[in-house]
Amino acid sequence: MEYELKESPTLDTQALEVSLGPQHPSTHGVFRMNVKLDGETIVQLKPVMGYLHRNHEKLAENMSWLGSMPYTDRLDYICSMTNNFAYALAVEKLAGLEVPERAQYVRVIMAELTRLVNHTLLVGFLLNDLGAFFTPVLYAFREREKILDLFEAVAGSRMMCNYFRFGGVKIDVTDDFIPQVKQIIRRYPKFLDEFETLLSENEILMARCQKVGILPRELAINAGVSGPMLRASGVPYDIRKVDHYSIYDRFPFRVPIGEAGDVYDRYYVRILEMRESIKILEQAVREIPAGPTISPVGLTGAKSPRNFKPPKGDAYGRIEAPKGELGFYVVSDGSAKPYRYHVRAPSFINLTILEDMCLGYKVADAIIILGSIDIVLGEVDR
Amino acid sequence: MISIEEVKRDIENKFPGTVLTVEGTSLVIPRASWRDIASFLKNDPSYALDYLSSVTGVDYKEYFEVVYHFFSVAKKEGPITVKVRTARSEAKIPSVTPIWRSAEFQEREAYDLLGIQFEGHPDLRRILMWEGFQFHPLRKDYVQENQDRPVEQF
Repeated sequence: MEYELKESPTLDTQALEVSLGPQHPSTHGVFRMNVKLDGETIVQLKPVMGYLHRNHEKLAENMSWLGSMPYTDRLDYICSMTNNFAYALAVEKLAGLEVPERAQYVRVIMAELTRLVNHTLLVGFLLNDLGAFFTPVLYAFREREKILDLFEAVAGSRMMCNYFRFGGVKIDVTDDFIPQVKQIIRRYPKFLDEFETLLSENEILMARCQKVGILPRELAINAGVSGPMLRASGVPYDIRKVDHYSIYDRFPFRVPIGEAGDVYDRYYVRILEMRESIKILEQAVREIPAGPTISPVGLTGAKSPRNFKPPKGDAYGRIEAPKGELGFYVVSDGSAKPYRYHVRAPSFINLTILEDMCLGYKVADAIIILGSIDIVLGEVDR
Repeated sequence: MISIEEVKRDIENKFPGTVLTVEGTSLVIPRASWRDIASFLKNDPSYALDYLSSVTGVDYKEYFEVVYHFFSVAKKEGPITVKVRTARSEAKIPSVTPIWRSAEFQEREAYDLLGIQFEGHPDLRRILMWEGFQFHPLRKDYVQENQDRPVEQF
């Protein structure tokens, strides 16, 4: 898109180039936006990334298949469970592994709890970007901590869970896990109500977010935008519904969509998605069967990862991660290490249309537009 | 959902003279006719592949392969996996960024890490490594610092 500076006969005008970031609290990490400004209006915006690049894909090529499972935790370090999920799904597709029933339920419960964590945190940080410093974030952290305690109880770590294995999960959940999840399910809607009372009809939030950063439906699809971003633009596309991976076809839930595709819609779609996640969780904890949590083949693979050799071929596994479509493309040459391992990171691809959304808005709007995309730099830079 | 064999037959009827091959569940398309076939796949209502999910490259030592995973949001179908190959010495593939914007960053990434040139890309620069970096780290002959295995020769 081109933008022309408005000439003034009495004033000498020129565009101002500013580098927003990489060290700036609003960029959620080390991300940089090179912007060209006309006054305070954004004329051009070029994202610069790679400050956190560690060539995750090359690292994975040099270790066993299971060896990169803990590394996937570090992609999107807020949602390590769903990263594990996508990688496990891709490798299971490649190796043709079955997953026992109980493990499927545990996986779904973990994935939906992760979605709650991510969306709660996003809403908190979006408000941070808007200038409501740290009050909403602390409410969000309070709730997130309860879920992270559960993760710690089953996986041994709050954030870097490393809980999934090919063909199941590492270990069965603890005895008091299900009652605790039930407690979270009971309390979470109340927390969301409280959150919404403070935020959803807040006049400042509405004034700042509505009709800002509009992403048209066609562009969203064409640019491969996924997750809540895509749905806020009015596209009812949820991979849980479309691909029916794992056991998601057993749970009835709705796919909330936005209308205008602005920042407010992205905020609100996430709130609604959390309510749908609670519905899935409710049903999952009610129906979870007893049984093994890892298949015999998977258990052998987990115990001796260097002998785990998927047959030659390639596979693409994708899931609806909280941030969008997280996909893993894995190629095996029949050896104990991946021949090629590629991560299709939702945060990275959702950044493609950052410039289109920001043009014509003010610098302060660019901050919340970036916040509403919901990026994690561990995943963008890989 | 139509099978990959049917897709192959359909494309070969539409573009006489092009020969496609099916490998597993993916379709190998010759490089020369890739851009025409790409816009056909996007615009033809029986496919409507409006969503390009993933673009990535693989170094197979003799040749490079670019792998595309397509889905259709309109029809809620997919995936159709397309592979396009290029000789290692040449390493050039027509860009699909004018057709699907989602390829913009992903092609830049494949260029950055594998050194595949995407012809017709509006802004083909390095994206993750820094400007001025000499190598392409995901190539199989790239020597890492503190590498503990012999350098591959081919």
